[in-house]
Amino acid sequence: MDWGLLLIQVVNGLQLGVLLFLVASGLTLVFGIMDFLNLAHGALYMVGAFFCATFTLLTGSFVFGILLALPAVALVGLAVELIVARRLYQRDHLDQVLATFGLILVLDTLAHMIWGAQGMSVSLPEWLRGQIRLPGDVLLPAYRVAIVAIGLAVAAAMYWIVNRTRLGMLIRAGASNRTMVSALGVDIASLFTLVFAIGAVFAGLAGMMIAPITQASIGMGNNIIIVAFVVIVIGGLGSVKGAFVGAMLVGMIDTLGRSFLKDLFKLLMTEQNAETASPAIAAMLIYILMAIILVFRPQGLFGPNMR
Amino acid sequence: MAVGEGMAGGVPVRRRARPGPTEIAGLAMLVGLALLPLSGDLFYLSLFTRLMVLAIAAVSLNLILGYGGMISLGHAAFLGLGAYCVGISAHYGIYNGWVHLALAVGVCGLFALITGAISLRTRGVHFIMITMAFSQMVYFAFVSLEQYGGDDGLVIHSRSQFAPFGSLSSNYTLYYVVLIALTLSVFIVWRIVNSRFGMVIRGARSNSRRMRTIGHNTYLYQLACYVLAGIMCGIAGVLMANFSDFISPDLIEWVHSGELIFMVVLGGGGTLFGPLLGTALFMLLEEYLSRLWVYWQLPFGVLLILVVLYARGGIAGILSMERKRRE
Repeated sequence: MDWGLLLIQVVNGLQLGVLLFLVASGLTLVFGIMDFLNLAHGALYMVGAFFCATFTLLTGSFVFGILLALPAVALVGLAVELIVARRLYQRDHLDQVLATFGLILVLDTLAHMIWGAQGMSVSLPEWLRGQIRLPGDVLLPAYRVAIVAIGLAVAAAMYWIVNRTRLGMLIRAGASNRTMVSALGVDIASLFTLVFAIGAVFAGLAGMMIAPITQASIGMGNNIIIVAFVVIVIGGLGSVKGAFVGAMLVGMIDTLGRSFLKDLFKLLMTEQNAETASPAIAAMLIYILMAIILVFRPQGLFGPNMR
Repeated sequence: MAVGEGMAGGVPVRRRARPGPTEIAGLAMLVGLALLPLSGDLFYLSLFTRLMVLAIAAVSLNLILGYGGMISLGHAAFLGLGAYCVGISAHYGIYNGWVHLALAVGVCGLFALITGAISLRTRGVHFIMITMAFSQMVYFAFVSLEQYGGDDGLVIHSRSQFAPFGSLSSNYTLYYVVLIALTLSVFIVWRIVNSRFGMVIRGARSNSRRMRTIGHNTYLYQLACYVLAGIMCGIAGVLMANFSDFISPDLIEWVHSGELIFMVVLGGGGTLFGPLLGTALFMLLEEYLSRLWVYWQLPFGVLLILVVLYARGGIAGILSMERKRRE
């Protein structure tokens, strides 16, 4: 067993985990409070990546790029909420699926018009390009470690906001009883808008952080949204804690599965069979995990009991 | 409860079905489709073959989504599985269409049974996400299966042969086979939804608890319905593979499942001919808009949002508006 490789893959798994958490937490918050299923959440991830690429190009600095892109994504989130999403809160889930599917087409095509079909790469500053040397001559890419650190910091901040602030109290109250909260005189419409924008910023931040690794491209959100769904289903709809645990599980299992399943299979079957079967099985692992969890807990690990 | 359906003292009242405007439009379209090849235009022949294949998929989705209220965002998986049954057999030199059909029915039925059994334990949004995730699982599985082309897909060198009737190699034969399959699938759905089985399915959509209380195991009914729809869509997949002579995992991507839902809702979910009309409108809009403008998906997306916000019930809803007003 190569422990250095294992450590690197664990960092990669954590990195995927925190990115998934950033996307899934917004999705689960919006769903928990507004009962709103937003397929276009992944498009905000893409918009974040493109804004970051543009602003990095303009300012010449990745950090400024992110700092400018964050409010820009918030504005896009606000626009989406005010123009389309708020008309859908009272509708059934089929309507929400369809309208947000339309929204994906609109946002993807707009991105295509503005930024072109090629996609944009983002260059990292010098200090993030290097490697971190650990004892035992294990080299870790600095940028991936930075993503994990920022992601964990955001998760901690979110935990604090949800559990310790007045806003968080309103969010939790809104999730359990919307009508009561608005009867108590809280402007529930602005609360929804705010939460939607926060979710957009988180998804956008995930897109910004992945952009230097994969580059910003059209349709990049359509892949992550599915995995974010798997995360939410595993963690339990509406639960931020569930989104965190689910994201880490999915990130780890997916990454480790893709790198080590082949070795595991080679112990069990012929080399050739292992070569063919393991990539397909590795790609299916998180879905199998989801199916197993659903068999035992249909509401997810931390979901409220289903009525 | 659907318009035109009445329950008097628990006894279903059968009214003599008057064909409404949607039915007339749908039947007219079938007749038109039967006459279309007479024009001899190969472009339209190909466009409408594809349209009808997708219409079969939409009709099968309508059975679970429109009538059963099960919002599956993973229906394209069955289209892909059916297509791969042809592709992988052809890869090994098996061109027997009966084998292709049997495989598609078996594979899609089994996949629907397993994923349906798990997905139907959940409700609402969970069901949407889980069906989507399962279809994505199939997608990634085929992407990683290098020996069947992986990302690049498979070229099918020869179309299915249905001994002793002959092969689908002629585009005209394929066209009419697809048309017959489409007509049959509409007919089957019509028979199903008006049967006792269909009543339970529709009852479970409007009030699942009530159906359980009066003694129906709605889970089993819905599962059976899900498997049936999966098999129907798998057969559409067999036809799709024959039509395009090429298959790739792209067929399964969840975006296509979204498009299928769009087709059903655009035409009018829970109506017999709605999916057919919706698919036609969708495909023709796609065909002509994409010629006019590179960014055709922009007006397309806006249209979709507008349909949801302002035109619920789709084409069927608009067509029957006048009738409802009179009633």
